[in-house]
Amino acid sequence: MPLFEACDLRCERDERVLFEGLSFTLAPGEIVQILGPNGAGKTTLLRAVAGLSTRVSGEMYWNGAALPGSRWEFLRETLYLGHDAAVKPGLTPFENLRWHAGLWGRTTSIGIEGALGAVGLARHRDTPAQHLSAGQRRRIALARLLLSPARFWILDEPFTAIDLEGVSQVESLVAAHAAAGGVVLLTTHHRLSLDCRFRQVALESGALA
Amino acid sequence: MTVVWSFLHKLGSPRWFYRISSQWLPWLSFLAVGLLAWGCTWGLAYAPPDAVQGNSFRIIYIHVPAAFVSLAGYYAMAGAGVVSLVWRIKLADVALRAGAGVGAAMTFCALVTGSIWGKPTWGTWWVWDARITSMLVLLFLYLGVMALYEAFESRETAARACAVLSLVGTVNIPIIYKSVDWWYSLHQPATIRLTGAPTMHPDMFHPLVVTILGFYLLYLVLLLLRMRAEVLEREQKSRWVEDLALGRGLAAEPGG
Amino acid sequence: MSAGTGPAWLEIARRDLLIAFRRRAEAANPLVFLLIVAALFPLGVGPAPQELSRIAPGVVWVAALLASLLSTDMLFRSDFDDGSLEQIVRSPSPLYATALAKMAVHWLVSGCPISLVSPVVAGLLYLPAAAMPALLFSMLLGTVTLSLVGGIGAALTVGLRKGGLLLSLLILPLYVPVLVFGSAAVDAAAHGLPWHSELAILGGFALLAVTLAPLAAAAALRINLDS
Repeated sequence: MPLFEACDLRCERDERVLFEGLSFTLAPGEIVQILGPNGAGKTTLLRAVAGLSTRVSGEMYWNGAALPGSRWEFLRETLYLGHDAAVKPGLTPFENLRWHAGLWGRTTSIGIEGALGAVGLARHRDTPAQHLSAGQRRRIALARLLLSPARFWILDEPFTAIDLEGVSQVESLVAAHAAAGGVVLLTTHHRLSLDCRFRQVALESGALA
Repeated sequence: MTVVWSFLHKLGSPRWFYRISSQWLPWLSFLAVGLLAWGCTWGLAYAPPDAVQGNSFRIIYIHVPAAFVSLAGYYAMAGAGVVSLVWRIKLADVALRAGAGVGAAMTFCALVTGSIWGKPTWGTWWVWDARITSMLVLLFLYLGVMALYEAFESRETAARACAVLSLVGTVNIPIIYKSVDWWYSLHQPATIRLTGAPTMHPDMFHPLVVTILGFYLLYLVLLLLRMRAEVLEREQKSRWVEDLALGRGLAAEPGG
Repeated sequence: MSAGTGPAWLEIARRDLLIAFRRRAEAANPLVFLLIVAALFPLGVGPAPQELSRIAPGVVWVAALLASLLSTDMLFRSDFDDGSLEQIVRSPSPLYATALAKMAVHWLVSGCPISLVSPVVAGLLYLPAAAMPALLFSMLLGTVTLSLVGGIGAALTVGLRKGGLLLSLLILPLYVPVLVFGSAAVDAAAHGLPWHSELAILGGFALLAVTLAPLAAAAALRINLDS
């Protein structure tokens, strides 16, 4: 049974149809990359799946239950990484992550220190984020992937502003998450090189590519 | 079923509204003009002059109805806001925006007539009387809704934000009115009681009822006219507006 | 498991307080503003103590209203701009609670200091000493309502780039009842009259605002995120 299912999604913006008839499923261990040119509605779609936007009509199911009816259960099980990294410049990486962990109320066993070490920010644990580079700030956001116990990752352009080494690290994180039975829905203009299978969904017509 | 409903709401409503309102408007306009002409002639020419204020009191036949309608209009606007928030009907968004404009105009009318009334009564064009001050705050509330609507790029977001603001306003208006009443009684005890309706002579009161009714209808006519204009603007790319513009008329809807 | 934290709204309040503490120099801005506005009145009206003392309750309250309004614009804006708001909305904590927590922090860092400083400002305007307790308590209660109602406006305009001026247009009319009863309490105390009923009404406003304002703000935040 698929963990997540989207049926006949349709989005209209300013009297213009962005996509319609879009359906896809995510079974445990699956990765789906949403493709489409700028302005095709990728971010809108991801925000709708994440429960932030109601501009997309259609039906979505989590674990067989219709959304948004089972909204709270769904939100607990999903991690949304948006365009904006949700990193406060005045706070240190440690404080930023502690805040995110506090929002969910639970974390994985790696701990904040461990997550910071894994993304290469151990030395900057107590440096306010405003003194870090854009890529380093993005890494704070990526450390959330390690900390969150969510099974469903929704990643909007996760590779923005990070270096090559960081990109391959995120790719291996995504692959490992899928291997552990999680599901990933992501957009990126970067050519994905995962050492596992993944599917691509193009947004123009909603057809599977 | 839900798909059918949303389809009807999205496509059916504006066109249906335009057709139905075309049929109602002549009757409503006729009634509104008739009632206003009757009430004003009665009030201005035949009602007896006031013992204290003489003939200047006659402006109540405009001032009081405008004040009534502007207050009721705010609640009507908030009602449209509830419909917009809960059922997401586009026509409610249109009504909310149109209601803000017409309501602000009515409030402005009440303020101007109140100010004109102030000149012979108190000797100044503006007086910080409880009723007039409340009307001024009401005008600010209307202007706030209008400004908020214009600030958003997306019409849907604008309408929903305005709906929340007008709901906040409905909770606040009674508090504001009571506060201002209390404030006025504290600072200057009322010397002249305005329009205490039950104490008015029936000959003065009856024309007032007629003009109040006339103003409610006038409000409705203006609201419908503004709503129709916006429906046309919103639907300008649709087939039926094109037909209308090319003089082909409004055919009955298929199945509706 | 590793991060021993409380409910999400508490974590949000704690973070906002920490950020406010890191940028504590900014917290002084509303207070300086209050002082400057109050100092402009003697320059405009004239230095006669009797005249100033008569208008002091109203002047201090209007200045406090504007000072509170100034800091309101940023209540939700920085969270909206950096994506934190999306995470807050998606957290399992109800948005009502988090909105209320953020408004409470806003009161702690703006309304509360403004209230504590207001007797000093009033002293500059020759408000009788007998009216000082009434000023302090009416301010403490009234600014709660100001922060909460202002929060609705901040939430409504959070997605707009130039929200500041619009915010004042939306919110100042809603401040009227607080202004009326707040300055009336101080005025009554200055004339040696009882002022407890005015204070009770201000308390009623605060209770009503605590109940309803987070609801409206939460709805407004969702609407702005959903655009």
